[in-house]
Parts: sequence; structure tokens; C-alpha cells
Amino acid sequence: MFNQIGLIIYKEWKLEWRNRAAMAGLMVFILSGVYISYLSFKKIVDVSAWNALFWLLILFMAVNALAKSFMAESRGLQLFYYSFLNPYAVILGKIIYNGLMLFLFGIITFFIYGILLGNPVQDIGMFILTVLLGCFGISSVLTMISAIASRAGHQSSLMAILGFPVLLPLLIVLIHLSKNAIDGIDFSVNLKYLTMLTALNLLVPSLAYILFPYLWRE
Amino acid sequence: MHNVWKIACVALLYFTLFAGFLMPVPELPILNESIRNLYFHVTMWFAMIIHMVVTIVYSIRYLSGGKIQYDLKAEQYAITGMVFGIAGLITGMIWARFTWGAFWVNDTKLNGAAAAMLMYAAYFILRQSTEDETKRAKLSAVYLVFAFPLMMAFIYILPRMTDSLHPGNGGNPAFGQYDLDNQMRLVFYPAIIGWTLLGVWITSIRIRIKKLWNSHEN
Repeated sequence: MFNQIGLIIYKEWKLEWRNRAAMAGLMVFILSGVYISYLSFKKIVDVSAWNALFWLLILFMAVNALAKSFMAESRGLQLFYYSFLNPYAVILGKIIYNGLMLFLFGIITFFIYGILLGNPVQDIGMFILTVLLGCFGISSVLTMISAIASRAGHQSSLMAILGFPVLLPLLIVLIHLSKNAIDGIDFSVNLKYLTMLTALNLLVPSLAYILFPYLWRE
Repeated sequence: MHNVWKIACVALLYFTLFAGFLMPVPELPILNESIRNLYFHVTMWFAMIIHMVVTIVYSIRYLSGGKIQYDLKAEQYAITGMVFGIAGLITGMIWARFTWGAFWVNDTKLNGAAAAMLMYAAYFILRQSTEDETKRAKLSAVYLVFAFPLMMAFIYILPRMTDSLHPGNGGNPAFGQYDLDNQMRLVFYPAIIGWTLLGVWITSIRIRIKKLWNSHEN
């Protein structure tokens, strides 16, 4: 099982690295998004606006990046997975890989965004922890939605329609927590949001773990 | 004899209408007579949640057994549930106009209601997007079981973590706290049962029509 998860992560990375167009596309997406905000705002003083724009960038980057998670795979490859791999390993491997990738791009976004538009974050450690938990949460929701949407056929439009209602609870907690991190509010206040976020981060992958085998066989 | 529950439904709803408008209610500041909305707004959400749970139960039964009738029932209960949700939104908005001064305010409870409606909409769009009957049944069941726990977290856990304008949260007078005296309970509980029975009645007729339609097509 763990072997197979490792295998999936390795294969995803290898494919990604072989064909760097997707990663380059994401980079351009982030750069242009941040730059457009820079052109229109110059410096963002208002903390709520800074926060909202940051999570909007992350969210749309995530939808863009993860839409292809299952759709890019041909029928032959899916048949290959089906005959050699455990469904649990496939979904968990993909969630972990996508989470790591989102986190990497999230940090890059934070870096560029902070340089261009100013960095009001007072508690950097807390903020990065929020981004980490948020990226894994978003990844586990969208990977599962991507699996559903790829089975339904009508890809990217469905992905957004199905994804946003499910992402809303996660995003509300994330926005609260990152706002607190920006304002440098004491850890004890953040604890309840952190618990909630961790609980969501456990709940969503376990739901995906239970439900994915049903999608798997056709 | 098996029609007793229908007679009970009509009787309970008549009781709700007459007792709801005519029986004395506690006089509270701001709420005043609008507290009677308890029988027509809160009960809508109760009925919607009950219908949602029934939908989920049929979806799980479909996933574990694979009989297409379960999917048909799940869909019809979802439709009735959404009608109750819309009714809950409308009654709530009218109440809010006269109590808070606006049809819609930014509030966790209201956001939860909007997200629940979005989830229903996404469910129906997903159903529309696939032609194949078994595939449609499987995908929509998986999506609903995936989205439902998150929705519950959104509606029931998050509002308790933040302040809310809505009765029952953040120190605002709740329908249930001290103003729900025994006299109001006398109408409130029968109202919940009455509206739910009405929903079940409508759904059972719709299921029968759908079954006839399907057999006619074959």
C-alpha cells in the first residue's frame, strides 16, 4: 500500500517533469495574476483585501492545476491502474502529490505577492502553516471532484460547479485563520480554527478514501 | 388504514396554520409578532434536513446495493428537499427584511444556507451532465455522500465558532433559548412533523409518476 502510494507520487512527478508545460503554465498564471493585482493596486494596505486576493489566486490556481489530475489520463492508463494498483493507493497518492505541488506553488505565490504588493503578515510561521493545511485540504477536495468530473465527461466547467460548494466551508476557516496570522493574533485564539482545519483535513481524505473505489470500477 | 399519515398530515398543517397565527406568543423586543415565523421558517429547514438525510440514505443504499430504484428515490427526495430549502430562504428573507432591515446580511448561517442551495444545484447539474443511467446514479451518489458531511460541518459547526446575527448564535435571542415557551413548542413540533409529512407525500407521488413514466418509455 505505502509502496504503491510512493509509486504514484513518483510517477506523477516524473510525468510532470518530463512535460514541463503544465508547471510553466501555472507559473505564468501566478505571475500574471499577481502582476495584474500589482498594476491595479500598487500596494495593498487593507488587510482583508490582501487576504481575499491571496486566497482567490490560490483557489483559481488550484482549480486550474488539479482539473487535469484525472482527465489527462487515457483509458489505457486507467485500465493499467485498475489491474495493478489498489484504488486507495491511487487516490491517496494523488491527494498527497497534488497537495505538495499546491503547497510549493502557494509558497511561490506568497513570495512574489509579498514582494510586489507588500507583506503585512506578522506571524509568518502561522501563515505558512495555514497555507500548508489549506493546500492539502483544497487538494483532497479537488482531487476527488476531478475524479467525479472526469467520469462525467464535461470537464472543467463541471469541476468549478461541483467544487465550489464543497470548498466553501474550508475556505471560510482558512480565511479566518490567515487573517489572524496577518494580524499577529495570539496562538491560543487560533487554536480552535486550527483544530477545525485539521479535522477537515482528516475528514475529506477519509471520505475520498471510502468513496473512490465506487468511482473506480465502471 | 395506510392513509392515516396523510390525514394526520392535513390535520397537523391545519393546526399549524390556525394555532400558529392565533395562539398567544411571548412579547419580545424587536421580534414582536414576527416570532410566529418559527412555525413557517425554522420548520422548513428541519424538513429540508430530514429530506437531505433520506436522500443520503438512499444514495448509500444505492452504492452498496446497486438497485436503480434507490437512485430514483434519492433524486425525488432531493428535489423536494430543495423546494423546502427555497421556501426556507424566502420566509427567512422576508422575516429578515422586517427584523434586521435587509433581505440579506453577511452571516455564517446565511452563508451556510446559500452553500446548501449551491450544493443541491451542483447535484442536479451533475445529474444532467451524464446520459448513462447507472453512471449518473453512481456519480451523483458519490458526490452527495462526499459533499454532505462538509455541508453539515458548514451549517452546524462553523456558525457556533463565530458570532452571528441569526437567532441562536453569538448571544442573540434564540428561538430555542428562553423565548420558546411550552406554548410555542405545542405548535412547533407538530409543525415540523406536518411539513415533513407533506414533503414525503409529494415525493411519494412524484416517485410513482416517475416509475410510470419509466415503464411507459420502455
